Amino acid sequence: MREKFNFIKLRYWWFALSALIMIPGLISIAVQGFNLGIDFTGGTLLDLKFARPVTVSEVRDVLKDFHLENSTIQLAATEHTEASPNVFIRTRVLTEEERRAVLAAAEKKLGPYDVLRIEKVGAVIGSELTREAIIALAIACALMIGYITLRFEFKFGVSAIIALLHDVIVVLGLFSLLRKEVDASFVAAILTIIGYSINDTIVIFDRIRENLKTHKKGESFQDLVNRSIWQTLTRSIYTVLTVLFATLALYLFGGETTKNFSLALLIGFTSGCYSSICNASPIWVTWKEFEERGRRTQRAKSVK
Amino acid sequence: MKVGYLARFIAVVAIIIGVFAFYITPLALSIRQGLDLQGGTHVVMEAVDTPEAKVDEDAMQRVVKIIERRVNELGLTEPIVQREGERRIIVELPGIKEPEKAIEMLGKTALLEFQDESGKTVLTGKDLKDAKAQIDQSNRNVVALEFSSEGAKKFAELTAKNVGHRITILLDKQVLTSPVVEEPIPNGKAIITGNRTIEEAQRLAILLRSGALPVKVDVLETRTVGPTLGQDSKDKSKVAFAIGSIAIVVFMLAFYRVSGFVANVALMLYVLLLLVAMRMLNATLTLPGIAGIILSMGMAVDANVLIFERFKEEYRGGKTLRAAMDAGFTRAFNTIFDSNVTTLFAAAVLFFLGSGPIKGFAVTLGLGIVLSMITAITVTKFMLKMLMNANVIKSGKAFGA
Repeated sequence: MREKFNFIKLRYWWFALSALIMIPGLISIAVQGFNLGIDFTGGTLLDLKFARPVTVSEVRDVLKDFHLENSTIQLAATEHTEASPNVFIRTRVLTEEERRAVLAAAEKKLGPYDVLRIEKVGAVIGSELTREAIIALAIACALMIGYITLRFEFKFGVSAIIALLHDVIVVLGLFSLLRKEVDASFVAAILTIIGYSINDTIVIFDRIRENLKTHKKGESFQDLVNRSIWQTLTRSIYTVLTVLFATLALYLFGGETTKNFSLALLIGFTSGCYSSICNASPIWVTWKEFEERGRRTQRAKSVK
Repeated sequence: MKVGYLARFIAVVAIIIGVFAFYITPLALSIRQGLDLQGGTHVVMEAVDTPEAKVDEDAMQRVVKIIERRVNELGLTEPIVQREGERRIIVELPGIKEPEKAIEMLGKTALLEFQDESGKTVLTGKDLKDAKAQIDQSNRNVVALEFSSEGAKKFAELTAKNVGHRITILLDKQVLTSPVVEEPIPNGKAIITGNRTIEEAQRLAILLRSGALPVKVDVLETRTVGPTLGQDSKDKSKVAFAIGSIAIVVFMLAFYRVSGFVANVALMLYVLLLLVAMRMLNATLTLPGIAGIILSMGMAVDANVLIFERFKEEYRGGKTLRAAMDAGFTRAFNTIFDSNVTTLFAAAVLFFLGSGPIKGFAVTLGLGIVLSMITAITVTKFMLKMLMNANVIKSGKAFGA
């Protein structure tokens, strides 16, 4: 049988690759942060479709009367023309009266419109969401470490969680770099990615656990883990492919409102599959070997 | 070849595919749709303390009752008024025509006061029995008030004392009208003029009928999705669902042939069961919820991929078809169980901490994990067993090995 590609031998390359992907993202998060949506910052969002195409400056003129000219104004899907009927306005939190006044002024100056979406999120709710997202992440991680420790061992749990945090950082980093808007559904996307990534890792760990039972003396941890990765590799690839098909369909055909959500999932699932193979298992091997070495030196000392 | 088993297998397949083809659309449509799909307004309100009135449990219960009354007056199908936490109330208004006005109405304190010329409040909204919008003889839009017997007495007294003087009717400390009393009114009836439209008069009447809120209520959050966007989201989700499903089905057929076909049939049953479960739990289908369904289909076939891969391994290891299939199911079970339980944790956390659409997503994801384990393991196994007992297909290749 020909020599199979050895994932574990290359582990330091994988770690370096992961660092290479994560570091720019982390720098971007530290320097420019996120493009937070009103779910987090609080604010008012008006997504309107006018009967006729309007331009950004026309809309800005309307907002000027309310000293809101610094708001974000976007036209939907116009790459070649300057005007579009569909306008997307993001302002600070407007009171109910202010919002009504702005809408009335818009109707007077720009003509009749259809409401696609109007959202107002108070600043209090925004800060709650941030807190809840962090709590959710922490609880989910704690539960998973607990369960894996119970069913496997603590070291598997920690390795899995490191791989999973890697995926979260990759998605967060890319969203920060690309200036993609982060909203409440993004939190759901992150938790789904966590769920997927852990699922993927567990499948490989499960095989390692099984192979450990019939572990032959001559086989090193490295070889055993590499064998386990190979035994589950087809599954890892097939599964990530089916899930990516589903998510890609959502991304391409699912409409504007779920675009960022499915983009986060696309990045996260890809990273999740990679990290299960190239991070989680190698981390566990490295830890195990380190422990073995410690035990051996301990034994060597006691023999003396 | 055993015809009985084969016939049974074909019957099961035909039934599942048939039920899927006929019922999938009506079933999907029978599930309650979230505001992001059908259009509507979601409002989060919070009761706040003021120097005049502090928020307590009793006040909150009254606030919920009053807001419920106001919402019911809007005549919408299946609106929701829900208390959340200590001081918050969530209101969902599906298909509301004028969301801005409805929001304005919900948050109004609606404290009605009748004051004499010295500014002393003699009657309040509590003394009312009924309020109705009407058009009077001079074609004005008015709200006709009817006082309770207690209120009628007070009103008779007030009008008797103030003949020739002005009395003032205020709503939330703002003057509605201040008519001059021409003669005492003993029958407990009065009208409020000064409404610009009959709709305005109707809204005022609703507010007065439902009573004044005992504490101040702030609107923290509003989310309105117009009917156009809702319809658009629905159409696009359908396309995404169809394409995602077809991709998965083709993939499974290409790589696992007969086993893949069986897995696809189980997947159809899974989608049906998921929708039935949502229907029975009275869950709401939201846009993220649909994303959750599409995603869970990808995860549902994962269990089958695990089983079939294991089967291939065992088969190549020299086992017979049937023994290899048995071993595939037994051995893969632990893996599927452990990996799904961990994913379930993520769904559970989302469910308990998330709100609105995110909760909808968590429900579909969580239900999906549990149900897909059942269909992907039990149903697939049952069908494959029948097929193998039928003894029609003897090569492992047909099963993807």
